[in-house]
Amino acid sequence: MSGKSIDQQLIFELSRPGRRASAQAPKALPQQALANIPATLRRKQKPGLPEVSELQVVRHYTNLSTRNFAIDKQFYPLGSCTMKYNPRGANRAAMLPGFLGRHPLAPESHSQGFLACMYELQEFLKDVTGMQGVSLTPMAGAQGEFAGVAMIRAYHEARQDDGRTEILIPEAAHGTNPATAVMCGYKVREVPVNRDGDVDLEALKAACGPQTAGLMMTNPSTCGVFERQIDAIAKTVHGAGGLLYYDGANLNAILGKVRPGDMGFDVIHMNLHKTFATPHGGGGPGSGPVGVSERLKPFLPTPIVGKDGEQYRWLDTDDLPQSIGHLSAFMGNAGVLLRAYFYARVLGREGMIRVGEYSTLAANYLLKRLQAIGCTAAYPERRASHEFLLTFASEARELGVTAMDIAKRLLDYNQHAPTTYFPLLVPECFLIEPTETETKETLDEFIDAMEKILAEARENPEMLKGAPYTQPVRRLDDVKAARELDLVWKAPR
Amino acid sequence: MSDIRPELRYAASHEWVRLEDDGTAYVGISDHAQDAMGDLVFVELPEIGQQLEAGDDAGVVESVKAASDIYAPVAGEIVAINEALEDTPELVNQDPYGDGWLFRIRVSDKADLDELLSAGEYQEQLDSED
Repeated sequence: MSGKSIDQQLIFELSRPGRRASAQAPKALPQQALANIPATLRRKQKPGLPEVSELQVVRHYTNLSTRNFAIDKQFYPLGSCTMKYNPRGANRAAMLPGFLGRHPLAPESHSQGFLACMYELQEFLKDVTGMQGVSLTPMAGAQGEFAGVAMIRAYHEARQDDGRTEILIPEAAHGTNPATAVMCGYKVREVPVNRDGDVDLEALKAACGPQTAGLMMTNPSTCGVFERQIDAIAKTVHGAGGLLYYDGANLNAILGKVRPGDMGFDVIHMNLHKTFATPHGGGGPGSGPVGVSERLKPFLPTPIVGKDGEQYRWLDTDDLPQSIGHLSAFMGNAGVLLRAYFYARVLGREGMIRVGEYSTLAANYLLKRLQAIGCTAAYPERRASHEFLLTFASEARELGVTAMDIAKRLLDYNQHAPTTYFPLLVPECFLIEPTETETKETLDEFIDAMEKILAEARENPEMLKGAPYTQPVRRLDDVKAARELDLVWKAPR
Repeated sequence: MSDIRPELRYAASHEWVRLEDDGTAYVGISDHAQDAMGDLVFVELPEIGQQLEAGDDAGVVESVKAASDIYAPVAGEIVAINEALEDTPELVNQDPYGDGWLFRIRVSDKADLDELLSAGEYQEQLDSED
């Protein structure tokens, strides 16, 4: 006996020789099929797959799924990530047999329905962001960022404006931005943020010059506040000959209300897995379309869907010779794009405005109520966008209770913890994003849990250090896990 | 209360510098910085022989919370790195001013050190951040 309960065992540990699940067992290959494979390429041993019954498989994975924290089970206020509900209807529509069975390289004449959906999604994203062109091809937010900065680079190169070597990034930008700039061959210069969470405009003016290729900004920022000087920032960067990049991480807050194109941004990436409610987490697949202003349109990654009369067709590098080219084998994550398309069609323009309004209303309600029970806001003078920052620096100093202790205790109250310790410029912080899809009752449950935990922190701080107590696992040693990374399971011989 | 050593100079970005008699200087991160980062799990150091300007990227310290760049507080050539940190990054947490040093740099211009903060000035910076 391993001492583990059945549902703690790996599926491999449940294996017994000769046990089969007939529904999943591969059909025996005819000898002829094997004969077509050269002897040197045939495997000598059977693959080390678990031998289990069908019911064991069903029960094993059903049990595992119940041990997870997930948006289908719990409130999931993970700031910066926009963990909103993914409507089931969009999933169903994207799984219509005509979409599921369509070969990616099927002739355009056989794909007019799919191409029409993609064309309309491009048009819709242009409209909601105020940009002049959109390409859907980036496979995730990170690839969207890469495409965006690659276009900035292509633009300067096409003008033979070769001295631009720096990308400016405010402290409160999204964490991936510096990595993207470096991947595209730029040096990163950080711009400080003042005490209200706005960019330090004087420092930005001092940092801008003939070496400036562009500025990457997240607005609202990861401080959870809207950058009020965006007009002056755009003028400053454009005045120096640089371009403005909009990181779409926090687009949810302004959806239908303010458009990045109207703020002066030249290029934007959108995270469809955040703002447009396609599945998120579990490693994706994500989707990170890019939108551009007029002057960057020639550089958009291909393929893009175009329309000649009533016929839709792929536009590729023949049509867009200055394009930065393909980013993957073909055209992006078709299934994810379809889900975003249906989500957009169901909401319509009015629905988009409600996304912005309800997500900021939920965040501000939560912020005010949490302040009333004794939580400290990082920017008490500012209205929250769709997310906001709390700091537990005084609890850490006076009670020895850290943001992490409180986060772990929230799990005992059946609440997914918010994002912790990000952004780094606010000590002992929570970044909380409720999204527009939660009811007031759910928000109130979170507030009740926080009130109980703050009382526990005062009365019994030692108890919080051991949390969680009710979960399948207790407090994990994340330092040991990172220092002694071990991801490989080996079968006992 | 974090430990600030009066004999050291500090960069605003939380590196410390200790000048030796031979014109080289040890560089590490302050007690405040290691405490704010939490338990380090990985340290990336510059290459020996690398020439750095003051303010250049000189490595990365990574904890379970965050990764943070290390900047060269003064210009010069890297003459040694603390190889023990590859297997035991926790030395930076345990002894930031001693066994947890990061690299040793041959200082191009000793006047660079005057640009850095004194212990008192660094303390003032930390107080104003609270």
